[in-house]
This record gives sequence, structure tokens and C-alpha cells, in this order.
Amino acid sequence: MSGIAPEHFFVLSAILFVIGAFGVIARKNLIIVLMSLELMLNAANLAFIAFSRIHADMTGHIFMIMSITVAAAEVAVGLALVVAVYSHRDSLDIDILRMLKG
Amino acid sequence: METVLFYLFAALAVAGALLVVIHKNPVSSAVSLVLTLFSTAVLFVLLSAHFIAAIQILVYAGAIMVLFLFTVMFLNLKPGALNFDSKNMAFKGSLLLAGLFFVGYFAILAYSKTFPEGSAAALPEGFGTVEGVGKTLFTDYLLPFELTSVLILAAIIGVVAIAKRRES
Repeated sequence: MSGIAPEHFFVLSAILFVIGAFGVIARKNLIIVLMSLELMLNAANLAFIAFSRIHADMTGHIFMIMSITVAAAEVAVGLALVVAVYSHRDSLDIDILRMLKG
Repeated sequence: METVLFYLFAALAVAGALLVVIHKNPVSSAVSLVLTLFSTAVLFVLLSAHFIAAIQILVYAGAIMVLFLFTVMFLNLKPGALNFDSKNMAFKGSLLLAGLFFVGYFAILAYSKTFPEGSAAALPEGFGTVEGVGKTLFTDYLLPFELTSVLILAAIIGVVAIAKRRES
């Protein structure tokens, strides 16, 4: 990264994170909301790796591996919930889930 | 060369992210998400994190995206289930977008003053290779690594309990 200032990676990470947060808040489809969550996690991972490179310290890589593990577990549980909601309500609209009464 | 690669794949990542959020069809969103994750993997290579880039493609673009696509196809969504409220989205989204972006951007600018311009520390031997990551993971971070297995076990049990078909 001799030619690239580290700030560029942070700005890109901020942009990706904001797009993901936008999707989480604005979209109504549960599956798209989960995908936007993945975008946000991915942006955080990019920042981890950029900091790791700047400080020449591999701790950021370990954090990234932990973060990927958490993301995989989260997606599995989230999609199981999506399947359960869909079989219950026949829809993935978030507004239907205002009343969490089983 | 590196600068060109950075801007090319940064643009691809942002475009893929926008498509994920904007697309109406979840399958198209999933494919756009693969584009973003792939571009991010290239950026990881530019940051000399080779092993992490491979992991990113294997786990994210491989396993997680297959899970997403499988669920979308398994549910066999009717077109009516994919609504997209543009009025509501424009209001809430733009507010959040402006707020979060500027807070984040100025935080980054304030922090980057502590770096000398464009500098990076010299890399130690084996930085970002399988050997380097493995040595760090299995010596300094052995306990977190082992605790991860508990998390995955909890996720497995939770998924089976949530998704199993109920009687009645």
C-alpha cells in the first residue's frame, strides 16, 4: 500500500458501513435487512485489516477471523428465524412483526 | 498500479453495496453482495492480508452467500412479499446517511492526524501469511479461538430449535 494513504481505506469503510445501515433501517424485507447487516460487518472488517496493516500488527487479522465466525453464526440463526417467521405469517414484511406475541 | 486497483475495487464494492440495498429481488441483492465481498477481498490483498482474503472468499462469498440463496429459493417468495416503500426509505435513510457519514468521516479525519502522511510501519516477516496468522492465533489468542467453538455450538443448537417444524 505504498501508494495508498490509509485514510482512503477508512473512508471506504465508512461509506460501506453507512450504506449497510441505510439498508437495515430503510428496507422492509427481512432477508435484505440481514444482507445489509453483513455489509456493515464487512465494512468493520475492512477497517480492522487497514489498522492492522498500518501498525504492522496481526491482532487485527485475529479480530477479523473472530468477526467472520460471529457473522456466520448470526446469519445461520437469522435465516432460521426468517424461515420460522415466513412459515408463521406467510410474509417477510418487517411491519408485520410489530406484535411479537408468538 | 496499486492506486488504480484500489480505486477500481473500491468503486466496485460501493456499487455492489448500493445494489444490495436498492434491488427489489433478494436473489439480485445476494449476487451484488458477492460482488462487494469479492472486491473487499482484493482490498485485503492490497493490505497484504493474503490469508484473510482467502478466508473472506471461502467463508463469506462461499458459505454465507450459499446459505442466503438457499433460503431465498427455499421460501419460494411471492412477488407481493417484496415490497419497497420508497417514500419512507427516502426520509429515514437520507437522514441517517448524512448523520452517520459525517460523524464517521470527521472522526476518521481527526484520528488520521496522528499518522504521518501515508506512512505504514515496516512489515515483519510472514505478515498476513497462513503461517503468521496461525502462529498468532494458536499462541496469543488460543483461548478466544477455543471459545469460538462454544459460540458455534450454541448457534447450531439454536438453529435446530428455531427452524424445526412444530407439531399442530
